[in-house]
Amino acid sequence: MAGMIQQVQMTGIVKRFPGVLACNNIDFDLHAGEVHALLGENGAGKSTLMKILYGMYQLDGGSIAIDGAVRRFHSPADSLDAGIGMIHQHFMLVPTMTVAQNVALGQSSDKKFLLDLKTVTERICELSAAYGLKVNPNDLVGHLSVGEQQRVEIIKALYRGASIIILDEPTAVLTPQEVDDLFIILKKMVKEGHGLVFISHKLHEVTALCDRITVLRDGCKMGTRPAAGVERHELIKMMVGRDLKELSHRDYKPGAERLTITDVRASGDRGTETLKGINLSVHAGEILGLAGVSGNGQLELAECLIGIRKVDSGRILLDGLDIASMKLNERIAKGMAIIPEERMRDGAVNDFSVQDNVFLHDHTDKEFRTGIFLNFKKMAAHAKKLVGEYTVKTPTLETPIKNLSGGNIQKLIMARELARKPTVLIAAQPTRGVDIGASEYIHQRLLMQRDAGTAILLTSEDLDELYALSDRIAVIYEGTIMGVFLRQDTDIQTLGLLMAGIRPGDAPKPDLPIASCEG
Amino acid sequence: MPMAFMLQRNKAAVKAPKKGDGFEFMLRTLVPFLGVFAALAISAVVLLMLKTNPIVAYSAMLQGAFGSISGLSQSLVKATPLLLVGLGVCIAFRASVINVGGEGQIILGSIAGTWMALSFPDLPSAILIPACMTVGFIAGAFWGFIPGLLKARFKVNEILSTIMLNAIALQFMNFLLQGPMMDPEGIKAGTFLAQSARLPESSWLARLIPRTQLHAGLYVALGFAVLVYIFLWRTTIGYQIRAVGLNPNASRYSGINVPFNQMLSLTIAGGLSGLAGVIEVMGVHRRILEGLTGGYGFTGIVAALLGSLHPLGIVPASVLFGGLLVGANTMQRAVQIPAALINAILGLIVLFVSGSALWIHNIIKKRKTAAVVLAPVKDAEQ
Repeated sequence: MAGMIQQVQMTGIVKRFPGVLACNNIDFDLHAGEVHALLGENGAGKSTLMKILYGMYQLDGGSIAIDGAVRRFHSPADSLDAGIGMIHQHFMLVPTMTVAQNVALGQSSDKKFLLDLKTVTERICELSAAYGLKVNPNDLVGHLSVGEQQRVEIIKALYRGASIIILDEPTAVLTPQEVDDLFIILKKMVKEGHGLVFISHKLHEVTALCDRITVLRDGCKMGTRPAAGVERHELIKMMVGRDLKELSHRDYKPGAERLTITDVRASGDRGTETLKGINLSVHAGEILGLAGVSGNGQLELAECLIGIRKVDSGRILLDGLDIASMKLNERIAKGMAIIPEERMRDGAVNDFSVQDNVFLHDHTDKEFRTGIFLNFKKMAAHAKKLVGEYTVKTPTLETPIKNLSGGNIQKLIMARELARKPTVLIAAQPTRGVDIGASEYIHQRLLMQRDAGTAILLTSEDLDELYALSDRIAVIYEGTIMGVFLRQDTDIQTLGLLMAGIRPGDAPKPDLPIASCEG
Repeated sequence: MPMAFMLQRNKAAVKAPKKGDGFEFMLRTLVPFLGVFAALAISAVVLLMLKTNPIVAYSAMLQGAFGSISGLSQSLVKATPLLLVGLGVCIAFRASVINVGGEGQIILGSIAGTWMALSFPDLPSAILIPACMTVGFIAGAFWGFIPGLLKARFKVNEILSTIMLNAIALQFMNFLLQGPMMDPEGIKAGTFLAQSARLPESSWLARLIPRTQLHAGLYVALGFAVLVYIFLWRTTIGYQIRAVGLNPNASRYSGINVPFNQMLSLTIAGGLSGLAGVIEVMGVHRRILEGLTGGYGFTGIVAALLGSLHPLGIVPASVLFGGLLVGANTMQRAVQIPAALINAILGLIVLFVSGSALWIHNIIKKRKTAAVVLAPVKDAEQ
């Protein structure tokens, strides 16, 4: 490819948002043929810095030089012209169009007013062959898996001639196997002379893939390290500003069976059967991790357990009592609690104050009301106690909860649910989108709760998290449980295959045929 | 871990939406009125095109609405039902239910109250008046309960069902006034006017100022403004209604019955409109007659919005709209402009007021981001 960018140099980049210094004098450089990781917690400024390079944001200070020449990008179109592309976390694809149509979207064709899909298809096949990006140009994007859609995004960027590609948390939505595939593709691209920026907060991915690692914290650059030989805890310290406590390893002494799920079937929102006969049991004093790519029934299972979704058939026993047809309030009274997966949608009322959010369920508790009148004094005392106990950072109890960070909101939701001393806790993706400090705290709290004898069902897409916390791990795939293992009896490889629906011993999935590219 | 938490204020929270610093409070109170002025300014252009002097027109309006004891009383008379309907709309809106059924609920309330008064004319006022109000409230509440139930059970859109119930109520009233409830005096005299018999004097609300229509119903409405405030922000039911309105999902996850609260809020809204109807009958007309509702069921929605859906904000908003209704009539008479233009002016005011609400919201949001020391640039929502 002609005109590959050899070097990008960002010097002294400053970006202000109203009242926030998102990028504080950051230097960043990238060479052709390397993967440069941008590591940092949520809100550290990684995406902002890269959106400046991609022309989505305008810089307030500093400069960008491409191959030594200072450039200024006013829009993504500008930077695309210069050869810089970006793959966003949320794909920008039209599901009802084919791959080729999606790639052609917004591109001018040689035939002026006519859509030249044939040329596009040929070019896609070339790229696909050159980089190992297996995609059929004639497939509808809506029918593709998440990993395949991501490949389409990469093809789009390559098609537009991007030699520098920014990947914004590309692995967040992938299974471990898909991550491996992606890394192979990325390494190939590097070999072909592309420069890649890899935004992430997952340490092991960064060290496995990248050549250099730049860590950002609170909008400042904390340093750049070569990936080879860098210590994990050093990176964590740069990201978080302190060392993390190691989770101590615990004895596994399960108590009585608290929650028993027998052949539970339920339909999803679209009316199709989403849970196809789930069997699981959770014991007192254990954490059962539920691994799976999101969308395989975890959300529906959690909703069935707490009583928001109707169970079509099967039994849910809580301490031997069938609760499958009970109302949510009865289940809570019997000792169930849930930390919902969609924190802001299902867990909190954004416009309510911190204090009000503590009482979404408990305001009907006799302790916090006199007749129909709320007892503000007791409510404030209880909220204050929880906020202190769970180190929720909030200016006041009256602050609307939406002004808090994701981690603090999650801590508050957790405080609210655990304050009832539940016997069974469903923790659905409790640390998703939460910064490392708060994650660590949430993990410790979950373990404390386990040691106190609560039966915990933990769903997560993050296998590392499941490994660190669970006593047993179950894998869910398309509404069935693929297997349940003691933590020490399994490994990431096995779990990853099961998450993709492949049982050990199954024949490996045939490669996708690229029919239109043959011959 | 360090106690990173500091409580600046320890006293129990009264979570009124108007809370905030001085600037925010000023914005929220001042800008809607600026919106009214802007709407009047644009209307002035239209008036000029009609070769009417806007200054003359507006001074006639102001004079008519607030310039004299009788004008002011008349404005307050109109503000009374607006306030009650607006309070109901406010409760429903807080549960994110839109009550467009005020007209029908007013009618049902007035019919029930009239029936009560005509059936028990010998009861003393101290019993009859509260009884009429109660019956009127219940009848209106029933008319709000129907769409509430339909929404809760079958997810029927309440905007459609309340509007349809308006039509049913109107025809029901027409039927009653031309049949069973028609004034016997009118039948005797052969006039056959579509109106009910005159209410017994024991059911009349006291007039507050001689030779005006201003009646004690105003106090009732003001009392309900305070009650609704307490209801929404101090009781468990009010808490649930607000939670349901702000986030039905989180409410569901916490065991709050979303459909029930929506139904309840519509029922209470209906009750308040019904009360407006019976008070209008007992205070102003002393009988039911055609056109009794006077569009209060719709204008009340606007008053509620102008009062930023806060019970205590709806009080001045109702007075303003009462004044606009009275003043518009005076203006029409003074400068001879078509009645349609009056409606257009009121419409412009609504537009500007709701628009300014959006504008304020954006400004405050911007200030909030500016005030936060380190706002999350992007809270991962993968």
